[in-house]
Amino acid sequence: MEAFCIQCNHVTLSYENQVVVSDLSFTVREGEYLCIIGENGTGKSTLMKGLLGLKKPASGSIVLGTGIRRSQIGYVPQQTPVQRDFPASVWEVVLSGCLNSRGLRPGFGAKEKALAEEKMDLLGIRDLKKKSFRNLSGGQRQRVLLARSLCAAKKLILLDEPTAGLDPLATEEFYHLLLDLNRELKITVVMVSHAIQEALGHADHILYLSQTSYFYGTTQAYLDSDAADQFLNRCRGGK
Amino acid sequence: MIAYLSEMLSYPFMVRALTVGALVSLCAALLGASLVLKRYSMIGDGLSHVGFGALAVASALHLAPLAVAVPVVVLAAFLLLRLSESGRLKGDAATAVFSTGALAIGIVVASMSTGMNAELNSYLFGSILAVSMTDVAVSVALSAVVLVLYLFFYEKLFAVTFDETFARATGMKTEWYHTLLAVLTAIVVVLGMRMLGALLISSLIVFPALTAMRLFGNYRSVIIGAVVFSLCGFLVGMGISFWYGTPAGASIVVVDLGLFCVCSLAARIRGR
Repeated sequence: MEAFCIQCNHVTLSYENQVVVSDLSFTVREGEYLCIIGENGTGKSTLMKGLLGLKKPASGSIVLGTGIRRSQIGYVPQQTPVQRDFPASVWEVVLSGCLNSRGLRPGFGAKEKALAEEKMDLLGIRDLKKKSFRNLSGGQRQRVLLARSLCAAKKLILLDEPTAGLDPLATEEFYHLLLDLNRELKITVVMVSHAIQEALGHADHILYLSQTSYFYGTTQAYLDSDAADQFLNRCRGGK
Repeated sequence: MIAYLSEMLSYPFMVRALTVGALVSLCAALLGASLVLKRYSMIGDGLSHVGFGALAVASALHLAPLAVAVPVVVLAAFLLLRLSESGRLKGDAATAVFSTGALAIGIVVASMSTGMNAELNSYLFGSILAVSMTDVAVSVALSAVVLVLYLFFYEKLFAVTFDETFARATGMKTEWYHTLLAVLTAIVVVLGMRMLGALLISSLIVFPALTAMRLFGNYRSVIIGAVVFSLCGFLVGMGISFWYGTPAGASIVVVDLGLFCVCSLAARIRGR
């Protein structure tokens, strides 16, 4: 059994005195590709905040595996309108991911610059280096934010609906890219996802949240479960 | 042209005004980009009204204006952020409450003591004559503080402006940087108020950054561009003010507005 990355023990998260996630326990092991799915209002984003350490659980504990510091989690957020027309070059955005290793020292050193270059090569966005973030396509922007998160992270990246607003092709590409990172670089991926088909097609584990309960297990086990039947039927019915 | 410039510089009050104005323009331009991008454009305006209230009270009590206004406005900036972050009053509502409240208090206090005298008038609309030697010393010192802090935390301020959640997730104390930004803005607003006046100072923060954003796509260029536009707007505005006898503050803002329009048009034509 591999070492774990994140362990949630009987975690309860509340938002403005309302419990949104209750008594949740699961363990993400190193090298896993976990998608968190479920309907709106089941606490997916709140759970993400909890995992990032931005929200303290009301009870229970969220433990990070050995060798992972809180500041070394890569995070790819939902895009905000502020970012969509932000005048910053791709290089500036990617480099800003290296800040957690600089402490209070101003500027960036050769080490950080090399790291940023390496991550841009890895994601195939080197030719975008000098371009403005606001002139990129949605898919390119998410690659840039992914590169930034990889600068901050060693082993673990968390993504919050990274493909919201992307067209199906770009969504598919992005999931593939994550799968490559996960398989080849052994980076653990935890993602909140709306794109159910892509999530089921790529992730090896699924955490399904509903109003009353949850399911955690391998994707195959999830597909065989009753919860999946109902949820997927509703998804299809809804579309 | 040279003769004209030397005539302008032969007046000590002009030299004082140019020194303070250039420094304030520089600092305002630096902070402007962050404030505009974080949707805090109106904070400068709100703080300037608080500054007006503080100056009115200071002048009624015969206290040194800057010594009262700087701490009061810094405190207001601090509270403003706290209020809007805790969600009890949403951002723009908090700003509105603060600015109009402080303005009203200032007017009441002023009318009870000296009346709306020339000094208060100069706080509203600005006056280059209002800049004393003490103001120059205080402005130079505080501008240096703003400049040093800004440059030292440049990368962090960028990260917090661009993506606060990411910054927090990777262990940055974002509240601290918000406070820093608010305090620096408060200082710039109070310093600039003497010249541009409470009603116009926020334009010094907003216009150069907005203008630079029309033209440039990366952050460093936006900052440098904003500084250049800000200084140009200030110097040309002062020149116009000196030549035609128009109020300095309004002249500067009109030049800034002109620059903004020209650059917006240029960006449109270039087909960004």
